Amino acid sequence: MKRRKAELAALPGRAASEIDDRFQLATPLRRLFNKVFPDHWSFMLGEVALYSFIVLLLTGTFLALFFDPSMTDVRYDGSYVPLRGIEMSRAYASTMELSFDVRGGLFMRQLHHWAALLFMAAIVVHMLRVFFTGAFRKPRETNWIIGIGLFLFGFLEGLFGYSLPDDALSGTGLRVMNAIVLGIPVIGTWTATSLFGGEFPGTVIIDRFYILHVFLFPGLILGLISVHLGLLVKQKHTQWPGPGRTEHNVVGIRMFPGFAAKGGGFFMIVFAVIALLAGLFQINPIWLFGPYKAAVVAAAAQPDWYVMFLDGSTRLMPAWELRWHMFGHPYMIPALFWPTVVLPGIMFTLAGAWPQLERRFTRDTRAHHLLQRPRDVPTRTAAGMMAVSFYLVLTISGGNDVIADKFRISLNAMTWAGRIGLLVVPPLAYYLTHRICLGLQQHDREVLAHGVETGIIKRDPDGRFFEVHQPLGAADSHGHTALPYVGTPVPKKMNRLGALIPTVRGFFFPVEIVGRPPEAPVSPAVGAAEQRREVGSSH
Amino acid sequence: MSTTAQSPATAGAEVPAAGADRFELVREGARRDGVEILHYEPRFPVPGTRRERRIERMIALFFLFTGLASVAFVVVYIWWPWQYKSGFHPDKLYTPLLGLTLAAALAGIGFAIITWAKKLLPHEIAVQDRHDGPSDAQERELTGATMLNMVDELGIKRRPLLKAVIPLSLAPVGLVAAAPLIGGLISNPHKHNQLVTTGWNPANNGGRPVGMVREDYTPVRPDDVSIGGQITVFPGIPGGTTNKHADSPTLLIHLRDADAAELRRNLVPGNHDAMYGNFVAYSKICTHAGCPASLYEQQTNKLLCPCHQSQFNILNNARPVFGPATRRLPMLPITVENGYFVARSDYRVAIGPGFWERPDETT
Repeated sequence: MKRRKAELAALPGRAASEIDDRFQLATPLRRLFNKVFPDHWSFMLGEVALYSFIVLLLTGTFLALFFDPSMTDVRYDGSYVPLRGIEMSRAYASTMELSFDVRGGLFMRQLHHWAALLFMAAIVVHMLRVFFTGAFRKPRETNWIIGIGLFLFGFLEGLFGYSLPDDALSGTGLRVMNAIVLGIPVIGTWTATSLFGGEFPGTVIIDRFYILHVFLFPGLILGLISVHLGLLVKQKHTQWPGPGRTEHNVVGIRMFPGFAAKGGGFFMIVFAVIALLAGLFQINPIWLFGPYKAAVVAAAAQPDWYVMFLDGSTRLMPAWELRWHMFGHPYMIPALFWPTVVLPGIMFTLAGAWPQLERRFTRDTRAHHLLQRPRDVPTRTAAGMMAVSFYLVLTISGGNDVIADKFRISLNAMTWAGRIGLLVVPPLAYYLTHRICLGLQQHDREVLAHGVETGIIKRDPDGRFFEVHQPLGAADSHGHTALPYVGTPVPKKMNRLGALIPTVRGFFFPVEIVGRPPEAPVSPAVGAAEQRREVGSSH
Repeated sequence: MSTTAQSPATAGAEVPAAGADRFELVREGARRDGVEILHYEPRFPVPGTRRERRIERMIALFFLFTGLASVAFVVVYIWWPWQYKSGFHPDKLYTPLLGLTLAAALAGIGFAIITWAKKLLPHEIAVQDRHDGPSDAQERELTGATMLNMVDELGIKRRPLLKAVIPLSLAPVGLVAAAPLIGGLISNPHKHNQLVTTGWNPANNGGRPVGMVREDYTPVRPDDVSIGGQITVFPGIPGGTTNKHADSPTLLIHLRDADAAELRRNLVPGNHDAMYGNFVAYSKICTHAGCPASLYEQQTNKLLCPCHQSQFNILNNARPVFGPATRRLPMLPITVENGYFVARSDYRVAIGPGFWERPDETT
């Protein structure tokens, strides 16, 4: 008995030796364990996208076991009574079966759809983080472009996915897609009929979208994610400036166990949020839309949120169509071409070229691993906000009929507001952002020079009033400090300096000793009480 | 055990003697990976304090919660009535309950692990060298020479014949890859004139005018449409009301006398004989992006497309009056035969969205 126990205890060690004999893992494995990751809340946004994608793969595989991508006509005879006896495609009928006749199928469908929405949202927010902090700069331009590729492929993947059920809403979307392809100059008609296998809707488009949706595009996205993460590991993560942090090191915690545990736990939280959304909030109730019929449409026909900016640009486009005669034949470029093909083309090209454009304009060709606060790069931040506001005007216009309906505004007024807003709001956003950035910069410098506003008003013997300032370091006779700005947040409230007694922690009873000096989150820390004397003032 | 590094790392230092503190080994391993553990401090220097046990209990509670929620999920999944019944029945709670129990189970694991990582794992600050910048200059030179040597070995420069032949013969290989894909998919958009004809073409009906039917293939009489009303009609041919003829849905409108008179005054040449009495039929397929332009505003005599809000004036040949549409909705020439509506011919202009080689018409 005793001997067997000893053998069991030695088992992991023996197994490790056997594995290392064969694969020589000791060095690479330890290198992986010891990899250092910096910590900041904004670094987890990309993680949300990654975890949503895993949920998408899991739930998508389940759905594929039941979904039949066929446009063959069938008569519905499933559990959902209102649609019984109605003619529909197999694609729609099998989605109905998934929703009503497969145990837990509706939950899986909703998990899949919510995960897709979260995937795209996380990509967008992650891109904004990377943009506004300058994380895309050399040497990470390649990863920036891969990120844009991921957005583009995710966008198309989503588009294919929600077209599959062949319901009235997505069928209308398909028809618009057909019109967009049809409107491309020179090759439009040939491309559209080849894609749809003839005139819209044909009988093959769902089958074709299905193979794109479950095989080709997930493969592309998976490949790009692998390269994206591989480059991240190779180039190491960017970090915020701070004590001891330089362009040549990474300060944080080692990957195992701390970082990996936080990441794994966070995956569970993301998954839980998707599960909660999928359980409680109905999404894409295709049984209410009915099967696709070319003659049927309902008001408030909106695509998924990440497509709405294109819907918006299409609605705002004036009725400008180019027509001319050439070699005795009329030719045209329809109005639909500009907002749906040219505009996104320009938007994606500009986004992809931004790192190069910035290098050209700033003549900065060095590598950067320290992030920038958005306020410290006013021009980039303002340009980014200009792009964001442009996108927002388009997205809001994508739902302008719903807004017009709910707020009792004229639909035409909404369209005109969008048209004018698209031209006026972005420059305004640029100007305001630029001013705000400069203002924030100035305030940082002011606090560094004069100290934190205490809120205490004093009166001089000669009758003047002034506010007492708490300097952040040793002050000269005028109450001024010569602290340089180092790209990190400047404390602006007294309790950030530990001037206030911390709130007592613990819900039912105190769990820590009151009066213990709190950790100063900033440098230099103000410790002893005598150093907190109010010193000097500024006018 | 709060340790703070005093001296810089010396890579390749000897492994500490056997029996040394295990953490010294960890530190040495990290050092060899270019990582300096600057600060390493257990959260609880004195093990087993009340606070530590409290956190331990909390984590255990989270895990237990996960176990309970998982059991609840399986119980709901198996025993909760899930089959659809119309009206409010327990089956409507099936999906919400699955979501709640799964979310609870996953959140329990998540909170347990994160609490463990944040409250129990030692507090550490580690610094890793980036090794950024380009490769060593010597390395670059050696690799460059190796690559240039490959070119020399192949001798492309010295062998102009190969230089010319290879691209010439490999280009067709690309075509071999493209040919089956393009050849298999390609479909001629001008076959059967499909872009400019619809189900209303008499050719679909043996050369005779195509009758107007409702979705259930019942023919339409003038009395079926009330004054000021409208219905959607389809070509009365096999499959005419299905998506096979997605270009054919048509809106048949019965105008009031005054409105009909106004429309008759406005008719453009191509439409001059298309009305029947006070009846007019417009293509339902929006000329902008192909959605059904079917929201009929009876008071203002406008048709609105709900996709992109193009608006068409019924009393003026369905000309676009607002929104992104550029062309009027085509008018179907109609008449009545044996008491039922028929289309006298197909649409005289191409219906639906525009395309590059679209035939022109006078508008």
